[in-house]
Amino acid sequence: MGIVSPGFTGRRRGGSDLPPGQYLTRDFPVLSAGPTPHILTEHWEFSIASETGEVYRWDWQALQALPAEDITTDLHCVTRWSKLGTDWKGVSLDTLFEDVETGADFVMAHSYGGYTTNLPLEDLLDGQAWIAYEYDGDPLAAEHGGPARLLVPHLYLWKSAKWVRGLVLSDTNDLGFWETAGYHEYGDPWKEQRYAGD
Amino acid sequence: MTADVPTHLDGNAAAGKLREIFAVDLTAAIARCAGCGQTGVFAETRLYVDAPGMVARCASCDQVLLRVVTTPDDTYLDLRGLTYLKVPNA
Amino acid sequence: MERTALRRRLTWQVGTVTEIRQETATARTIVVDLPDWPGHLAGQHLDVRLTAPDGYRASRSYSIASAWSGQGIELTVEQVPDGEVSPYLVEVLKAGDPLEVRGPVGGWFVWKPEQPGPVQLIGGGSGIVPLMAMLRAHAAEGSTTPVRLLYSVRRPASVIYVDGLKELAASDDVDLTFVYTREAPPGEPRVGRIDADLLQEKAFAPDDELTTYVCGPTPFVEAVADLLVAGGHDPSRIRTERFGPTGGPR
Repeated sequence: MGIVSPGFTGRRRGGSDLPPGQYLTRDFPVLSAGPTPHILTEHWEFSIASETGEVYRWDWQALQALPAEDITTDLHCVTRWSKLGTDWKGVSLDTLFEDVETGADFVMAHSYGGYTTNLPLEDLLDGQAWIAYEYDGDPLAAEHGGPARLLVPHLYLWKSAKWVRGLVLSDTNDLGFWETAGYHEYGDPWKEQRYAGD
Repeated sequence: MTADVPTHLDGNAAAGKLREIFAVDLTAAIARCAGCGQTGVFAETRLYVDAPGMVARCASCDQVLLRVVTTPDDTYLDLRGLTYLKVPNA
Repeated sequence: MERTALRRRLTWQVGTVTEIRQETATARTIVVDLPDWPGHLAGQHLDVRLTAPDGYRASRSYSIASAWSGQGIELTVEQVPDGEVSPYLVEVLKAGDPLEVRGPVGGWFVWKPEQPGPVQLIGGGSGIVPLMAMLRAHAAEGSTTPVRLLYSVRRPASVIYVDGLKELAASDDVDLTFVYTREAPPGEPRVGRIDADLLQEKAFAPDDELTTYVCGPTPFVEAVADLLVAGGHDPSRIRTERFGPTGGPR
């Protein structure tokens, strides 16, 4: 059954600089699939575990001591909002992976609170991804993933895990929280890879 | 540290989505959390809807009880977090 | 009337809007004639689905405001800033338009007239809507179950169902208290949120037979439920319905 609702257009969709099916928003919607974790920076830790079991760790001070970059980028959420020209500060994953020995192709990002998402390792390197801890000049708010989140803006935003606490390298492409529930394993907004099979 | 503005709804709000799939109302069913063993009415779980899918969590331990994602062609239903749902035979 | 026994998956149906009433500056009541409605219990909700000409769809869940009388149902929708569905329902939809809905849904946040024990209703803002359905069902059934309503609103102009509530308050079995959080009408000195003292004074005391229904925005429900439990109410006698920032259960 279907009707057209007279006079209903929905949010304005499309626009030359937006991926297909997206609408532009100026605020910064907060999506949450669970309670917001509050992690004090003195307790915060980030690790990269290689496929051989080697673990590389950083505490907050160690992260802050690494060279940081200013990033201006567009965000595209699979729930169809896009936000353009957002400003972040964070450490490039190229820097964090500098001493990591790995032959693995895939990464599972793990967050405080239990969230997971999977990505190909190559999507995290070559200036495409960061551990971001400032947004718009301020420390990253907990509701947006602070103290630090993964930022992989060329993929749908569910890949940019909030409250990130570690990356686990793997030879197999295991699926994360949303990817095991019907979302696309890669999630390229420009190819509109929202759901498995898109 | 600011106080959290709670964002969850009650399990009640899952009623419509679950009735797309099930012939009975599951929000009045008794649910058992596979994590902590807490039992209670599904309506009293914490439901997160401002997300790519719908997520119900245990009100006692926050473990994920149920996830529902609706794609254009299919609905994915993950019930791993529930030991059981008890529905009256009537 | 207990049609939840009718076991089938829920499907969408097209109703016709027969009347629209402005309730406040930002809320209005929509009366829908539904040829295939199985009836509902007070407190249940329904889903509304909107479809744009290009096929784009959005759906939201709204509490039903009316008691089932055998024909037609009423929804009261508060416009949510930056919302997508509520601005359409509050500003664009007009009498004679089709409206696609499915329901009723929800079997927990409901009041049944045969249910024993007094009823405490506590609503914040548009959280009054399902509680109004309960009050209407109470009146329609001629129930003598004692009911008390605490209705928290920002200011007098935000009160939904002003006339209807006054009418209901004439009943000996219904007791009404308005709580103004920003601005009170002349002669009403108290401005502020619901607190332990107010509950002590105006709400039913904890009782094994009492059922308490709390509905409103999530922070409101959270605060009231905490106060009730701290005041000695059994959590299993409290039923809650939280409305999200997007305006309603979805």
